[in-house]
Amino acid sequence: MKTYYNPEDLKKFGSIDEYQPALAKKFFDYYGEVFKEGALTAREKSLIALAVAHTVQCPYCIDAYSTDCLEKGSNEEQMMEAIHVAAAIRGGSSLVHGVQMMNKVKELSM
Amino acid sequence: MKSLQADRHHLSNTFTQLEVLNSADERVTALPRFKEKLLSAGLFPLKAIRVDTLQVNLGKMCNQTCKHCHVDAGPDRKEIMTLEVMQHCLNALANSDIATVDLTGGAPEMNPNFRWFVEEVCKLGKRIIVRCNLTIIVANKKYHDLPFFFKDHKIEVVSSLPYFTSQKTDAQRGSGVFDDSIKALKLLNDVGYGKEGSGLILNLVYNPSGAFLPPSQAGLQADFKRELKRRFEIEFNELFAITNLPISRFLDYLIASGNYDAYMEKLVNSFNRHAAQNVMCRSMISVGWDGFLYDCDFNQMLDLKINSGRPDHIAFFDPDKLSDREIIINQHCFGCTAGAGSSCGGELT
Repeated sequence: MKTYYNPEDLKKFGSIDEYQPALAKKFFDYYGEVFKEGALTAREKSLIALAVAHTVQCPYCIDAYSTDCLEKGSNEEQMMEAIHVAAAIRGGSSLVHGVQMMNKVKELSM
Repeated sequence: MKSLQADRHHLSNTFTQLEVLNSADERVTALPRFKEKLLSAGLFPLKAIRVDTLQVNLGKMCNQTCKHCHVDAGPDRKEIMTLEVMQHCLNALANSDIATVDLTGGAPEMNPNFRWFVEEVCKLGKRIIVRCNLTIIVANKKYHDLPFFFKDHKIEVVSSLPYFTSQKTDAQRGSGVFDDSIKALKLLNDVGYGKEGSGLILNLVYNPSGAFLPPSQAGLQADFKRELKRRFEIEFNELFAITNLPISRFLDYLIASGNYDAYMEKLVNSFNRHAAQNVMCRSMISVGWDGFLYDCDFNQMLDLKINSGRPDHIAFFDPDKLSDREIIINQHCFGCTAGAGSSCGGELT
């Protein structure tokens, strides 16, 4: 069965350099630097990545960072809390626009 | 839960395990062989550099049946080391510079001659490590005094505790194991184990409850120290993070859960030359319950005896001949060289 997403494609991520090696190199170098231990720990960065992966709804990223979070020492409770943070921001971002709706309604109403 | 052997499982056969690890399956053969990786790292043939530890497996009998056990140990396993083989071990130790004796199993304490053996090794002035599964201490009245016995003989205790919560621990080691482990840790703490200034060493072992690599040892140790203290007032010295090797029951788990290919790929892709240089087999000898010699406990469980041409039984132990032997390798060795590396003492880098 053909599908748009194939789990095996995650392993081929590096092959995007085939059509544009210079930009791919810049991207992967940057990516590697971003996830190094810094002002934030590698474990914290992995939890942020997991939350963002759910926000951008990328199945490759969800697989990769579910594994990575476990290998960085996070537990299931922490991982689910990270996803709730993503969900809260997503839900909140819709709801805070409710103010815009209210503004417009009040503008149009007597 | 029964052992693979009691279940007559096909993976209880070591030859079948090696067949799986070296399978002709298209995806697996696409993975490089461990030998090739060592060659490219300039480490083949892998040779021993000294023998400073004798790891003695006192038997496969255990009061637990952990899902990941590489020994396939359990209450239904009856193979234990005899007094005669123990005496050969003592003779070997008396005639060598080996400084450390590392006692493992199964549950080594279940061997009826365990205490006698420890006392005799003590007389030789060797450092003794016991890999205690904790729950044995509370399993039966006859084991309740083990913390005092350990203390009296200044034994270093190394104990598995996969996590500081019951869910993960029991999922790997069996229902109720976490609560019993906490009871046992408190008893060890009560006699001074893990307490600063006591000189009594209590180290814990973490290994992943699934098909992933262990986190960094330092970060995990900080978590364990904080949480075990906060939740249970328990103290310990060091945490060793150990990778699960794809053999025996963990191999069965990997295959049954559909994680085998991805796990092997992860181990291979995480090959670390520095870890490979420091693998534990280069400085130890493992003795099986029946006296045969192996490069490590994992090779023992795959029945891969030390290199032919050397004495391969403890009765004919010759440390000089063993100290520069070529190590027997196979695909499971990727488990010790992945990431930060893995050994009975935790990370290698």
